[in-house]
Amino acid sequence: MSSETKQILTTDGIPLEVSLKKAEKKNKIKAFLLVAPLLFFLFITYVFPIGEMFTRSVDDKMITNMLPKTFKAMEKWDGKELPPEEVFAGFYLDYKVLIENQTQGKLGQRLNKEKNGFNSITKKLMRQIKRNKIDESQSIKEQIMKVHKRWRNVEYWQAIKRTAPPYTMAKYLKGMDMYYAADGSIAQVDEDRRIHRILWLRTLEIALFVTIFCFLMGYPIAHLLATLPMKYSNLLMICVLLPFWTSLLVRTASWMILLQQQGVVNDFFVMIGLVADDNRPEMMYNKVGTYVAMTQILLPFMVLPLYSVMKTISPSLMRAGKSLGGTPFVAFWKVYFPLTIPGIGAGCLLVFILAIGYYITPALVGGASGTLISNQIAYHMKTTLDWSFASAMGLMLLSGVLVIYWIYNKLVGVDNIKLG
Amino acid sequence: MSKNPEFVKFDKVDKSYDGKVLVVKDLQLDIAEGEFITMLGPSGSGKTTCLMMLAGFETPTHGEILLDGNIISNIPPHKRGIGMVFQNYALFPHMTVYENLAFPLRVRKVEKDEIDKKVDKALSMVSLNGFETRMPAQLSGGQQQRVAVARALVFDPSVVLMDEPLGALDKNLRESMQYEIKHIHESIGVTVVYVTHDQSEALTMSNRIAVFNDGKVQQLSDPAELYEKPVNSFVAEFIGENNTFNGEVSDIDKDKCKVRLAEAEILANPISVKSIGEKTTVSLRPERALINPSDKMDNMFTGKVEEVIYHGDHTRVRLNLLGSSEFILKVPNSTSNLELKVSQDIKIGWNSQDARALDPK
Repeated sequence: MSSETKQILTTDGIPLEVSLKKAEKKNKIKAFLLVAPLLFFLFITYVFPIGEMFTRSVDDKMITNMLPKTFKAMEKWDGKELPPEEVFAGFYLDYKVLIENQTQGKLGQRLNKEKNGFNSITKKLMRQIKRNKIDESQSIKEQIMKVHKRWRNVEYWQAIKRTAPPYTMAKYLKGMDMYYAADGSIAQVDEDRRIHRILWLRTLEIALFVTIFCFLMGYPIAHLLATLPMKYSNLLMICVLLPFWTSLLVRTASWMILLQQQGVVNDFFVMIGLVADDNRPEMMYNKVGTYVAMTQILLPFMVLPLYSVMKTISPSLMRAGKSLGGTPFVAFWKVYFPLTIPGIGAGCLLVFILAIGYYITPALVGGASGTLISNQIAYHMKTTLDWSFASAMGLMLLSGVLVIYWIYNKLVGVDNIKLG
Repeated sequence: MSKNPEFVKFDKVDKSYDGKVLVVKDLQLDIAEGEFITMLGPSGSGKTTCLMMLAGFETPTHGEILLDGNIISNIPPHKRGIGMVFQNYALFPHMTVYENLAFPLRVRKVEKDEIDKKVDKALSMVSLNGFETRMPAQLSGGQQQRVAVARALVFDPSVVLMDEPLGALDKNLRESMQYEIKHIHESIGVTVVYVTHDQSEALTMSNRIAVFNDGKVQQLSDPAELYEKPVNSFVAEFIGENNTFNGEVSDIDKDKCKVRLAEAEILANPISVKSIGEKTTVSLRPERALINPSDKMDNMFTGKVEEVIYHGDHTRVRLNLLGSSEFILKVPNSTSNLELKVSQDIKIGWNSQDARALDPK
């Protein structure tokens, strides 16, 4: 048997592969041009913002740019004792430039975040410089140290040195309730101030339970949709899709009307005597509200992939299972259920990923105990204006989703997903 | 072992889905043990419904179905112990061939060794040894079909139902599978109830055929009788090819009658006509009419050739005869070939016994 592969030529003597490539080239260009606008759009609206988010989340160039001479002098300083004269001189010159540009305030605020008490001592130094109290012919180190006793504290200089690198992971650490300690090591914040970790865990917990609830409710609905005769299944399909066609805000607001303490559901409970009138349970502004509203809102995302998979399962398979001797449950469990796994995977992944980044509904019905990490991100975007922290948490959320996707791929295999 | 002639019994079974139309009307059918019976009929004739009632997926609206003397109407499908081969095979796509075959045994809690033995036996029956680890999607249509047959037989059911199992196969494969299923039936002697709309399939495979139309069994008999002696014009029309003449009985005897057509009078065999003046449809198989008949036949007419179609092993000739231009003749492709030309006049003859005067269409 000869193992050599003979090159096939066309009738003109051109190798077949070359000829094929030539023939396909035009089609390929056409295809590319058709998707080019979308590709461009995706780049502008997706790739570029994520890149921007990343740079913003690690960006720490402000001080680096403000104190060039200081950091240059600090390169030789070991950071253990008080810095030498050159560092003080560099800082003094840098600071003078900032005062001339009237941007010295930002430096004080930024350094204050690094170490409490910076704002007042930089202001004090500014006043001295403005009154020309600093004599440049004498030792600047001695004169600055006299401005306030904190300038004599090595910790403050260490804090400045820590801000030297143009990039920092501090925002990410903050997202996990950690920070850089004075000596540069990573430390945990005090136990009573660890809010982010609670939020992350709560986000995961709520997303997980919402996924489970959606699955438990969506599976029978999808099965019914797939097996009912056309005229009923169409009606049911409209019922499933109706929430899709209603504004998210309206749906959330109607849950507020239903769930509040004087709301419809509570009134009903009181009417049938389930609860006392003066002891109405709180179903909103807590986790319950978030669970109920999010499950309802995300249900279609579970039903539709399940339905699309179940629709393709021939009813004769269940019949075969039964005719071969399986009880209805065995036929379901051994035959029907395994075939719906691609739909379950797709639905659960979809609902979980949507739930993990959900914002409006928890913000409106969640109250204090029902808010998620996305609400925290929004808070930093809108209220504290700490965009770099918001970016860092956004990216952490994104990488969390990617990790889940990776785990899912390992367990079930992404090829098994069927979205429709 | 004496064979039970009423192994499966449909006793006055009616079935309606909507309460307005009866899909199956007053069905009375006995199936003997070990028999290969085919339910044949056009789509919508109720044959599949009968099968589904027997399998337990539909319940009779009225009447009872008995299996080996026991009423089974209230037994759920999984307790009936009836094997079934479905139209699209219904192999479990997520299981290997082995697992598919082991499924009915595993749900019956059969020992592992026993399962292996039975699966092996069933696979060798359909000559698919060595395919145990394949997934159904990796098999060809014919192989999937065999797996489906093996799966329906592996747990030794007393009755096997087959719902148009060969419908999706191409012609050659279908024919070879017909013989294969027939041989399997002969070798293991299981009772088979087979549903099809393909008359040649029914004729080649069955011991008996029940022709369904309009929810009723039109005729129940063995293949030869069904073809040679159809009892009504539906059966005559549905099984094989057929030349028909519509007319009125002008004279009737014990085994002969005269039927007056628009232009002539022919002699026929009175099957469902009783008296003079009755309307009737006379049915004649194309191969029973001969060209230039040598011996004396009691029907002799002259027709004009309208069309000659070459079919390889035979030639079909369409004639204008007795006022109908749809009269078909089958001329076997033999050495004494006749030169037939369009618009040539030829003599045609047939025996009155072969022309069956049936109910009017």
